Amino acid sequence: MSRMRESISEVYQYRDLLFMLAWRDIKARYKQSVMGFFWAILMPLLIVGAGLLVRFAFSMNSGHSMNFADVASIALKSLPWAFFVSAIKFGTNSMVANPNLVTKIYFPREVFPLAAVLASLFDATIASTVVILLLVLAKVGVSIYLLWLPVLLLLTVLLTAALAMFLSCANLFFRDVKYLVDVFLTFGILFTPVFYEARMVGKWAPLLLINPIGALLEAMNDVVVHHQAPSYSWLAYAACWAVLGLLTSWWIFDRAEASFAENI
Amino acid sequence: MTEIALEFDSVWKKFKKGEVFDSLRDLIPALAKSLFSRNNKGELQKREFWALQDISFQVRRGEAFGIIGANGAGKSTILKLLSKILRPNRGRITTHGRLSALIEVGAGFHPDLTGRENVYLNGAILGMKRQEISRKFDEIVEFAGIGDFIDTPVKRYSSGMYARLGFAVAAHVDPEVLLVDEVLSVGDMQFQEKCLERMLRIAREGTTVIFVSHNLQAVQMLCGRTLLLRAGRITALGPPRDVIAQYVQTIQGGGRASVSGGPIGEVRLENESGAIADVFAPGDPALLKFTVEVPAPIEEYVLAFIVQRLSDGQPLCDYNLRLEEVGQCSKRAGRVQSALRFNVNLLRGAYGILLNLYHCPTSSFLVHRQNAGFFSVNETTSYGGIAHLNPTLEGEGRPRPATEGFGDK
Repeated sequence: MSRMRESISEVYQYRDLLFMLAWRDIKARYKQSVMGFFWAILMPLLIVGAGLLVRFAFSMNSGHSMNFADVASIALKSLPWAFFVSAIKFGTNSMVANPNLVTKIYFPREVFPLAAVLASLFDATIASTVVILLLVLAKVGVSIYLLWLPVLLLLTVLLTAALAMFLSCANLFFRDVKYLVDVFLTFGILFTPVFYEARMVGKWAPLLLINPIGALLEAMNDVVVHHQAPSYSWLAYAACWAVLGLLTSWWIFDRAEASFAENI
Repeated sequence: MTEIALEFDSVWKKFKKGEVFDSLRDLIPALAKSLFSRNNKGELQKREFWALQDISFQVRRGEAFGIIGANGAGKSTILKLLSKILRPNRGRITTHGRLSALIEVGAGFHPDLTGRENVYLNGAILGMKRQEISRKFDEIVEFAGIGDFIDTPVKRYSSGMYARLGFAVAAHVDPEVLLVDEVLSVGDMQFQEKCLERMLRIAREGTTVIFVSHNLQAVQMLCGRTLLLRAGRITALGPPRDVIAQYVQTIQGGGRASVSGGPIGEVRLENESGAIADVFAPGDPALLKFTVEVPAPIEEYVLAFIVQRLSDGQPLCDYNLRLEEVGQCSKRAGRVQSALRFNVNLLRGAYGILLNLYHCPTSSFLVHRQNAGFFSVNETTSYGGIAHLNPTLEGEGRPRPATEGFGDK
């Protein structure tokens, strides 16, 4: 445990580098690009579009007409999902994309996946302005339950960071991890309650919430759109994943770090 | 504060040849083992080899310490172990103080970012704080000689500019221990001199410098002690001059057998007064004495006399001398005492002498003596170059040799 604490405090010492690398990723992404910051909202926008189509099909079949709340909840959930996807993608590649830095210069390697998560968080922040606008237009309104939102966002970031650290490490040793991740992320949206809500599958809902990201998305939907408290048991479950996952990932990362330069 | 800046205590490091894992089946047990076992020190597995074996040395605070050796001897591995990029399999490495490595300049550059952005990025990668970089920014740009190009993406830089900016950032980190790996070979002559000057200044100001280079001249100039590595083991440790001499013997020797006996033997390099010498001033006369022992009449042989610069192996001359001159009377095979007189019209540097014997009737070489001798030239007036042309400055007053004039500029 003392080794973990050492490792974490070392990353803290290198926080300037963490921000610098995140800033580099952001800058490099927007340089020489026609769309500029539109990139940041493209992905959430596409998710919302696809979600509306799916929900429209549902409503045609079930006879319930679509309402603003449905639109609002898809828009809301598209944002953390887009963040999750981009952070995991960039994070998985973060070390392999910088072989020069891994083999030539020493600094705590945790900085790579964490910077990727940070850069994606920046994109999500830009996109959130659009989503907030949509929520206002949909007349979602505010309630005391919104206070849960920061906690939920923090848990999402922690969970994403945990997974990004583990996958970046795995991808360094085995390059096919990247392709596996791509496949899982592409189809993941269908297994995660983004387009729809978990309760729509009735008694099978827990199966969708086993995925901690799904549990977090549903909790966000509850507090923002439905103005109700999140399900505490599922929230606790997701929180366990986030915290224990991050500790475990960090531990694995730290153990494997010694052999990064030889295996990349 | 301790006096020891860093210490290697019987360090061993092994590497694998070939692919690391063949299949998933090998992988899972291997990964589990490496994650859970602390004892990864064991003996060599299949396809492993020791890159470093039992390396121990200490470097004092403020010392400039050179590491030389052939390619693959383990020099860079030592630096990577020092900078914690690699970890040893056995032994202990202790370092005291902030450590910075000039291992690959510009390694952290992103091609799409401008020079300015890359200075900040690379500075952070090398462990500098933001304010620190801002403070030194102008100095860095000035040193790199980038000028107006600082706001141009570095992908548009020439490779020289790229390397110069990389070196400039790294040279301004102000560490307590500086690791340098063969970075002086970037840029043109002028920039190389500038780098060397900077390194000398850093070393003089009390920074511990670990300097890995094939540029033996620079090692000799810069370092107080030098370590010679051969195939992962320490073969010599001491004053640079002795260690470099030993290194030159091992790389040029191609075996000790030819040193005694053989067609060319008993080589000694003498100065004007007849004493064995290895340091000359430009223009000094030198006498290379040796014996020639050939199986055929000596006038059938030609002696090739070649002088090479040791830092890069550049041949400086290649004379073919007919041996009948030395063995006037001997028309048959035999052993002749010979001497070759020449002037050391060379500038500062370390040089090696090669002697070859060529048999004309059979068109074949009897022997290549690679390390027949070596010597260095000491002087302080030239800025670079090889040939001593003995320039003199003339003007109103009496002519005087330029070698007296440049020095006190």
